[in-house]
Amino acid sequence: MHKLCATQPARKTGAEIRKKVEMSKVRVLVGTRKGAFVLTSDGKRKRWKVSGPYFGGWEIYHLKGSPVDPNRLYASQTSGWFGQIIQRSSDGGKTWEAPGGGMTTGPGGMPAGESNKFVYDTSPETGKPLTTHQWYDGTQHPWEFKRVWHLEPSLTDPDTVYAGVEDAALFRSTDGGQTWQELAGLRGHGTGPKWQPGAGGMCLHAILLDPSDPGRIFIAISAAGAFRTDDVGKTWKPINRGLKSQYLPDPDAEVGHCVHHIAMHPSRPSVLFMQKHWDVMRSDDAGDSWQEVSGNLPTDFGFVIDVHAHEPDTIYVVPIKSDSEHQPPGGKLRVYRSRTGGNEWEALTKGLPQRNCYVNVLRDAMAVDSLDSCGVYFGTTGGQVYASPDAGDTWAPIVRYLPPVLSVEVQTLP
Amino acid sequence: MIRVVLPYHLRTLARVGGEVKLDVEGQVTQRSVLDALEACYPMLRGTIRDQVTEQRRPFLRFFACEQDLSHEPPDASLPDAVATGAEPFLVIGAIAGG
Repeated sequence: MHKLCATQPARKTGAEIRKKVEMSKVRVLVGTRKGAFVLTSDGKRKRWKVSGPYFGGWEIYHLKGSPVDPNRLYASQTSGWFGQIIQRSSDGGKTWEAPGGGMTTGPGGMPAGESNKFVYDTSPETGKPLTTHQWYDGTQHPWEFKRVWHLEPSLTDPDTVYAGVEDAALFRSTDGGQTWQELAGLRGHGTGPKWQPGAGGMCLHAILLDPSDPGRIFIAISAAGAFRTDDVGKTWKPINRGLKSQYLPDPDAEVGHCVHHIAMHPSRPSVLFMQKHWDVMRSDDAGDSWQEVSGNLPTDFGFVIDVHAHEPDTIYVVPIKSDSEHQPPGGKLRVYRSRTGGNEWEALTKGLPQRNCYVNVLRDAMAVDSLDSCGVYFGTTGGQVYASPDAGDTWAPIVRYLPPVLSVEVQTLP
Repeated sequence: MIRVVLPYHLRTLARVGGEVKLDVEGQVTQRSVLDALEACYPMLRGTIRDQVTEQRRPFLRFFACEQDLSHEPPDASLPDAVATGAEPFLVIGAIAGG
């Protein structure tokens, strides 16, 4: 027997596969302009149960579950009236609590809860240079906390979670979302005064944790670019070489790029994919350099990008006509799939509206499950959440009439 | 006993039904009422006034006894009717947005 054969799992029978599909479960976490929704199905992903709205009337920018404790969920609940709330669930989204919001007593008999507190580091040791960024008129402007765009639970500890915020910074909690500390090395590494807000604000919207290297984190900011740390957030470097952004005075600018989203496959974390404002990009060296892979896309503007759960070179984007219109070209909602890691793209249309469709798909609103037949999901500003149980070949709406969808995440449950 | 009326979303967040009743020691001011409110309901911290500056959030207003008290100094005494519990202290969300 060949040596490798001894370690390979036995091939599953058809009955075993069917049983696994029936027993598996997927939980889709949807953040919208007016609340959160939890969509659940078995592995067939044909029939769905819709729960919610949770936090009705609030903007839910993002929800995500812990990879090590799938029932531990975190949600970013925000409002122009009432500010930022962090919510946490320990039962898969059935019930929620604001961590630290309980009536606990701290030193001196004062209440200890402080879950909503995101305060930029201004300490002399780590926060001293962190004062201003570029404003729309070119002047310098102080950092002002507005909201949490993205929550990324740790790969190893359910009580550790990262938060990407506007104005752009990275925070971490190690007590389940009760208290938050800024990883100030990002804002303080030197290019901060050149960062500037895009139309949606100056937001840190993407956080990728490298499963092969606990010290390595990738983040992306609009409009500054992508950054990487190799020491758990103490020091950072811009990783934007190869990005080209029209109208930037310096064509080789280190920062100032409007990165819309980044994605990686966990088995190959040094390969990154990026949907920039314009251009779909790929890096094979952990972001040290980028090459354009827009290829035959009808337009290379868009927001989302994601990677197939089992095929590291199969990636998905949703092309949008332009930054002026934010609509699918020709009123046809099409996901594009590349099985070659970019450049060669095919339109996926079966089950998606191919006329009179003018919705957008925002940057955090696509996700994949990890069932054998990879499921792909995305939500629209028109309130639809589409699912494909066959890696994009066919699509069907799970729900059609939610508020505008801000984010979609998927959990694959045993 | 001080009576405080919260907007709908903050009642939901604090898991309270109608008015909130608070014991406030000493002078009854915006600051002392909000301190007492946040002590009883820590999840409300940051939702009415900024966590650091303690400034009122821009889309909220404070009313009592048919007066807009939003621009009163936070340490100014509230009307006697609020201090005695005859009238509630109202936290109102701006009627704006979609």
